[in-house]
Amino acid sequence: MPRLLPRRKRDTAAETPKLAPAGPPPEADNFLEVRGLTVHFPTDDGLVRSVDGVDFALRRGRTLGIVGESGSGKSVTSLAIMGLHGNTGARIGGEIWLDGQELVRSTPEQVRLMRGRRMAMIFQDPMSSMHPYYTVGHQIIEAYQVHNEVSGKQARTHAIDLLGRVGIPRPDRRVDDYPHQFSGGMRQRAMIAMALSCDPELLIADEPTTALDVTVQAQILDLIRDLQREFNSAVMMITHDLGVVAELADDVLVMYAGRAVEHGPSRTLFEQPRHPYTWGLLGSLTRLDRDRQERLMPIKGSPPSLISLPSGCAFRTRCPYADHNDGREKTEVPQLLEIEPGHRTACHLDIQERERIWTEDIRPRL
Amino acid sequence: MTEGARAGDDVKAAQAAEGAADSPDVRERDVLVRVRGLRKHFPIRSGVTRRRAGAVKAVDGLDFDIREGETLGLVGESGCGKSTTGRMVMRLLEPTEGTIEFGGRDITGLSRGQLRPLRRDFQMIFQDPQSSLNPRHTVGTIVGLPFRLQKVTPEGGIKKAVQELLELVGLSPEHYNRYPHEFSGGQRQRIGIARALALRPKLVVADEPVSALDVSIQAQVVNLLDDLQNEFGLTYLIIAHDLSVVRHTSDRVAVMYLGKIVEIADREDLYSSPKHPYTVALMSAVPVPDPARRETRERILLKGDVPSPMDPPPACRFHTRCWKVQDICKTQEPPLAEITGRHQVACHFPENVPAGEGGAVEVVELVKPGAAADVDAAAAGVAEASVTDVDASGAEAADADAGGPTDVAEPKDTPPTSAP
Repeated sequence: MPRLLPRRKRDTAAETPKLAPAGPPPEADNFLEVRGLTVHFPTDDGLVRSVDGVDFALRRGRTLGIVGESGSGKSVTSLAIMGLHGNTGARIGGEIWLDGQELVRSTPEQVRLMRGRRMAMIFQDPMSSMHPYYTVGHQIIEAYQVHNEVSGKQARTHAIDLLGRVGIPRPDRRVDDYPHQFSGGMRQRAMIAMALSCDPELLIADEPTTALDVTVQAQILDLIRDLQREFNSAVMMITHDLGVVAELADDVLVMYAGRAVEHGPSRTLFEQPRHPYTWGLLGSLTRLDRDRQERLMPIKGSPPSLISLPSGCAFRTRCPYADHNDGREKTEVPQLLEIEPGHRTACHLDIQERERIWTEDIRPRL
Repeated sequence: MTEGARAGDDVKAAQAAEGAADSPDVRERDVLVRVRGLRKHFPIRSGVTRRRAGAVKAVDGLDFDIREGETLGLVGESGCGKSTTGRMVMRLLEPTEGTIEFGGRDITGLSRGQLRPLRRDFQMIFQDPQSSLNPRHTVGTIVGLPFRLQKVTPEGGIKKAVQELLELVGLSPEHYNRYPHEFSGGQRQRIGIARALALRPKLVVADEPVSALDVSIQAQVVNLLDDLQNEFGLTYLIIAHDLSVVRHTSDRVAVMYLGKIVEIADREDLYSSPKHPYTVALMSAVPVPDPARRETRERILLKGDVPSPMDPPPACRFHTRCWKVQDICKTQEPPLAEITGRHQVACHFPENVPAGEGGAVEVVELVKPGAAADVDAAAAGVAEASVTDVDASGAEAADADAGGPTDVAEPKDTPPTSAP
């Protein structure tokens, strides 16, 4: 077929600004450490700051939940870790350390070798992330053979074994099925099998259950939990569902407009949240386990455009307490500061004031 | 509005006529929607001759009422027929069988022309605010369209009425000349709501009204629906897969599985003591935003996937996945029967029923799978079943060549119950 459109000019590495040399490697405990990560997309309308300075660390055997609304940068963060921004024109800055290796400054080839073996990702929509033209088995085998010197027969046995492990019935037969012959839940299981084919040490799950029904969701969440226990892998769970986070995560990072606004152990985040945005998320929840209060307490307005963020605190236009700060919220971007060991927030409000608001105004109305 | 009075007269006349015929129960007088024996089978055609090869039994025999001013929530997983039901109530889909009465008048057999004047009384809010608004029309045109279609001229003109509607749903009247793409998802859903409310309908069918929206925006829309109901005394049929949203919005809740209602009850009743095993499993599967309860929560893992609606299991449709299945479940279909008060369940062995009521009753303790060691034998059977038999039935259902679901679920070693 003739090409109707001119071939797109590929962005070369030369166009991206020079990165500052990386800092010292993290302590051995932190299997994954992200420092000052920025992902910017230059567009005709301006620079989209999808991720604008995010730090966190994750140990083996632990689960980090990343929550936020659409456009908060949670998926972009995970794609940056996986090195999958490839030709999107993304400008990535900061540092990503995976098991002592810095990824932002690594060549695509080096990152490719890490993918699959050291880190793997489960995508949201199993229908569009599997190739409809190849059998499920073929796709798992391919991933396995790229990273391991094995015969086709060995790889096939491995694929059948994996499908069985994720709970696909009669895997020896289903391995030759095409993705469309699987139900949604089974496709998601097959995706998980594919992600696990090389026993990755870091598993990133980007909304792994959003497209699924609740009963299937429960099966998949159980599966992820069991596999994590078995392999002691680090898991990053990206979701907008606070229920899923509460179910799985040890720590939670709340993102808003490309920045982390609160980070802490999940019990702390649900029981003593200290950021107005987290309060808003909790106040917006309809709950199955409790009877309804009079009304929900939504966050007013909608998420801002990432091209023209409000100055200072990006949340100030929607924050009910923004005017308690003598104008600082308009000029100064709040930094993510530790307010107690392991609990960080980015808010200008006085911490005592925040404690008071939570205990007196918010918690009783949830 | 005058047309409201007109429709009301019709309704009253119809109700009076019917009342004389079969001396109605007092509480049935204010039933707005009455659905009886509703079925929708979509034919599957194959080959060059388009021979009928079978049917997808999307909805297979529903009976329910919606009273004036109440909200009925219809929940279930994908493919259970909840959206098809909503569309049939709206008469956007022709039922295969059964009747839908609206305000006492049977609307099932009415032609499009006969239906049109009635349409202003029931309106719909769609799931996806992106595809349900014409991108080439301005907001003013979209929201004003119901007036033009029904040839109604509101006081002060259509433009004024539309601007009032926009304000009502929390948009600004200046948005009149803008196009849908200029709005965010939540705002677009508000436009859809304004359009649905233009003619002050009595019934609003909302199909997944918030599931495409972000959490914070969901709450805004839920509150808006709430306010509008209070202000205009609307009756809602809310279709959703999210049990928490339904708990928050509904007065009465119907749970559907494979084209049938398995349980219908008042909200508090249903959520505090669910009786159908499917409802129990469904509720236990919803993740609860409370990490403190993570370890103590009881969860039931259902085996496999929902069977195909082309060839649903015989008798009780849930029997292939139920942990309480007995022989009777495979041979005899449980009727949707009232157990307590206004709580109806279609199950031979309902849960959460006080002993001595409702025939053969066995209360099985809910067990966290994997914690089988320290519980009694019956419960261990349940836990084992949910762990080891995972997907056995799903395989049958998904295999097109398997020849339909056979007896895939083994009878469990639950203690024998007194057969009814």
